[in-house]
Amino acid sequence: MPIEIDIAHVARLARLGLTDEELESYKAQLGVILEHAARVQSLEVEPNVEAAHPLGLTNAFRDDDLRPSLDRDEVLGQAPEAIDGHFVVPPAMGTE
Amino acid sequence: MIAASVSEAGRLLRTGETSAQALLEDAIDTASRTEAQLHAFLTIDSDGAREAARQADADLADGIDRGPLHGIPVALKDNMCTRGVETTAASQILAGYVPPYDATVVTRLRSGGAVIVGKTNLDEFAMGSSTENSAYGTTYNPWDLSRVPGGSSGGSAASVAAGSSLLAFGSDTGGSIRQPASLCGVVGMKPTYGTVSRYGLIAFASSLDQIGPFARTVEDSALALSSIWGYDPLDSTSYRGEYPNPMAGLDRGVDGLRIGVVTQLSGEGFEPAVEAATTDMVARLEKAGVEVIEVSLPTFDIALSAYYLIAPAEASSNLARFDGIRYGLRVDGATTEELMARTRAEGFGPEVTRRVLLGTYSLSAGYYDAFYGQAQRVRAAIQEDFARAYEQVDVLVSPTSPTVAFEAGARTSDPLAMYLSDICNIPANMAGHPAISVPVGLDDAGLPIGFQVMAPALGEETMYQVAAEVERLAGFEISPSVLRGAA
Amino acid sequence: MSWEPVIGIEVHVELMTDSKMFCGCAVAFGGEPNTRVCPTCLGLPGALPVTNRAAIESIMAIGLALDCQVSDRSVFHRKNYFYADLPKNYQISQFDVPVCHDGHLDIDVDGETRRIGIERAHMEEDTGKSTHLGAGGRIHAAEGTLLDFNRSGVPLVEVVSRPDLRSAAESRVYAQELRSIVAELGVSDARLEEGSIRFDANVSIRPEGEDEYGTKVEIKNMNSFRSLERAIAFEIERQIGVVESGGQVIQETRHWDEETGVTHSMRVKEGSSDYRYFTEPDLVPMVMTPEWVAGIEERLPELPADRRARYGAQGVAEGTAGVLSALDADLRRLYDEAVLSGAPARSAANWITGEVVAWLRKAQVEGRDAALDGHALAELIEMADDGSVSSSAAKEVLDGVLSGEGRPREVADTRDLLQVSDTGTLEAAVAEVLAANPRAIDEFRAGEEKVVGFLVGQVMKATEGRADPRLVNELIRERMSG
Repeated sequence: MPIEIDIAHVARLARLGLTDEELESYKAQLGVILEHAARVQSLEVEPNVEAAHPLGLTNAFRDDDLRPSLDRDEVLGQAPEAIDGHFVVPPAMGTE
Repeated sequence: MIAASVSEAGRLLRTGETSAQALLEDAIDTASRTEAQLHAFLTIDSDGAREAARQADADLADGIDRGPLHGIPVALKDNMCTRGVETTAASQILAGYVPPYDATVVTRLRSGGAVIVGKTNLDEFAMGSSTENSAYGTTYNPWDLSRVPGGSSGGSAASVAAGSSLLAFGSDTGGSIRQPASLCGVVGMKPTYGTVSRYGLIAFASSLDQIGPFARTVEDSALALSSIWGYDPLDSTSYRGEYPNPMAGLDRGVDGLRIGVVTQLSGEGFEPAVEAATTDMVARLEKAGVEVIEVSLPTFDIALSAYYLIAPAEASSNLARFDGIRYGLRVDGATTEELMARTRAEGFGPEVTRRVLLGTYSLSAGYYDAFYGQAQRVRAAIQEDFARAYEQVDVLVSPTSPTVAFEAGARTSDPLAMYLSDICNIPANMAGHPAISVPVGLDDAGLPIGFQVMAPALGEETMYQVAAEVERLAGFEISPSVLRGAA
Repeated sequence: MSWEPVIGIEVHVELMTDSKMFCGCAVAFGGEPNTRVCPTCLGLPGALPVTNRAAIESIMAIGLALDCQVSDRSVFHRKNYFYADLPKNYQISQFDVPVCHDGHLDIDVDGETRRIGIERAHMEEDTGKSTHLGAGGRIHAAEGTLLDFNRSGVPLVEVVSRPDLRSAAESRVYAQELRSIVAELGVSDARLEEGSIRFDANVSIRPEGEDEYGTKVEIKNMNSFRSLERAIAFEIERQIGVVESGGQVIQETRHWDEETGVTHSMRVKEGSSDYRYFTEPDLVPMVMTPEWVAGIEERLPELPADRRARYGAQGVAEGTAGVLSALDADLRRLYDEAVLSGAPARSAANWITGEVVAWLRKAQVEGRDAALDGHALAELIEMADDGSVSSSAAKEVLDGVLSGEGRPREVADTRDLLQVSDTGTLEAAVAEVLAANPRAIDEFRAGEEKVVGFLVGQVMKATEGRADPRLVNELIRERMSG
């Protein structure tokens, strides 16, 4: 059975401004894919360990040393919009 | 072609019979003859490459030898950041984006004297198994131009098969190097997770992505791996311990090794020609001295399902940064929220959108435990399955792909059918183990079939040892029709 | 109905490491926008984080100073949400295995010690800064929001208290004490005005005696300790008002407005804040070995509470000990030096917290630049105690020393402040004055105390002000009492 999802809610969480038509289409596709993905619930044997880095890495640290920062012109050169060394967005930032 | 392999080219370079510039012109020439049909490249950086080739020749003349990749024309999948050269991940959302830094692998290639020819085509953000998800048009299979090269690293695979590069690099998250290698009749491998730096690789699924080489021979593949792998302090998941020598076992043969044939990777969905070729190669290996054991890894049946929860989940988070604010495409809006939503809706293609939605869902409140959480448990179980198997055998083998190259458009309306292309490859990504595809034959339609060898973590030496023998036994010739037909 | 306020405080501390949490860009205040950024803290495609060990050691120090358990094993999580000042649109933070957990902070509230539980201290990265462009500013964009990512990626420690606080005043003490600990550890500037330490409060009320918690409201934007106290006090009253008029407190975030003295509701978006936490795959787990923890514990400096206790044991009054403990390190060192040089602790503390601080503040001189060392202070105190100078003269001597005129005895001499305390000399003067004022003795014996003051004045005149007035007073009384 394809799984029913609240596609509008998910699209909003992911900041994807899809049309109603698109939403319906994705909802149907995702329903089928999730049905297949839900097979993970058929796992019979509980593993003894948690999935981890295959080589068991821990404590990857760096020293508190400075590295050169990027040149600002290069940084802002890629910006869709920039003023006075700043990136610019519309006044209303929206909510989290 | 001047040279049929990196090692041959290296020899000719050092005897003076050829030059880096000659090798490059050869590659560029091949590209000009094949690109119209293949579309393997998104960017060919002739100026940059010619400068690098000139420098490589000058260095050699001065007695500076930078290693096995010195002067070799290589191609890079367009999800690897190259400073000053457009890098798009085959997405509209990064159209015109020029990274201000090189990926670590790129830095190592440059300091190894490699000549970067250009950036190759891929499925957008490495999500796909056919390269048809590229926002800049698909790549076609050099063996049959009506078919796909596989994906997501289709461009790199096609380029090596056609000879417009001697060596190429791609990324493998759920088979994206091995599967196109198989479909294009070249050698493609995915290293042990953590051995090749991901710094500068545009992330798809962080815990699964690895950069790896496409090559014409197993030896070339091992050479390439040696040149790019190793600890990188810029990548926290980078392995700091001792690395094996991938070249050590190339001439050793396989006498005394134990090979496991994975029972789950056969049967329904597998084309007869593919199964026959696999069985045939296993038989030949047995004659060459290996012990063949049937091994069952039950978790392989749900590996795909787990992958399609974990990979999209990580991707949904990794791709959140594409919001139209600091770089890339921007579609304006009255509020920032609107700007982001419009930019992303317009900038992402359907497959990427699907996976971002899927991933967001599987992480969301109320669903995390049953989906993402459960998928991680399956992943741990897969790792345990492998561990048990490797108590009995040294390597595991299977077909690389259940089918040969399929027709363009054949699977684009059925996402699930497309996902099933990777059923043989995904387990190795889930465990972080190395795996390689070696071309072993053609089906009746002249389409390549790949044979996969998997090894335990850091088992590259044994993996290459077996791969080399497979290559010897197969005697496969890389002669795609695009080259025969091209004027 | 009697209401009990229930308050928890969340503190964000910006660490003063040289480089950022996950990259090598500099941590600094101010400067040109977007000049301290790199692929990692700007969220460029392909960038990866690498954890700053010094930041982890700082959070361990903070946790240990708050009596927390340091986790054996800790991991980072991604907190996913979209916001323009968050370059990756996720924040690398910690979810269920923070570096430190389960500690406490004892605070002194009106003579009573209150133990405030600390739930956790976890590590995360700061966001960029946004500035709003007003209308009519520029031609390009009359309106807009400007983004500067210099602050993005600065290490941030979040300390979360348990809801153990019961008043606005207590909350202020807690916040101040936490701030002084962090400053003492040297891990952060901890300046509220600069934003290197930030406080949020969670406030709720419940009927006195009830166990169940009421609905909590988060209060943000308190930029000074005073506004913290005012905001919490206001919110408590507001909630009481709501409930007593039959309403219900809504769970929400409210913004403190310092000017109007009220909290405002921030727009609540339905279904927001699903952070979709998952373990950060670009980082690996951290293992805090016992050896590592012990090493950090050993290097912890003396903390404020211990210091106050030590001052008390040395004889300093409680109130003064508190003030002294809160002074900057140079002044506290002055105290220690003075005590070592023999000064009575009580006097040293009083002088420093009183006259010295007042002088420095007026002259706008920093403690480290004061021309006074412990020996000199001890000398001055001795001179005041043994009567070499009068108490008012001593202040002048201090002024002279701090002005760089020399050592205390030199200054007293030069400025002619030395008192005559030699009994012999004074007795002669006293005898003279008494001889010249025969009726004074009778008046004194008749009960007129005032005449003593007059006589002392006369002796002072005769000695040109140099007599030790206390001693003169004593001698006169002795003589007149017969």
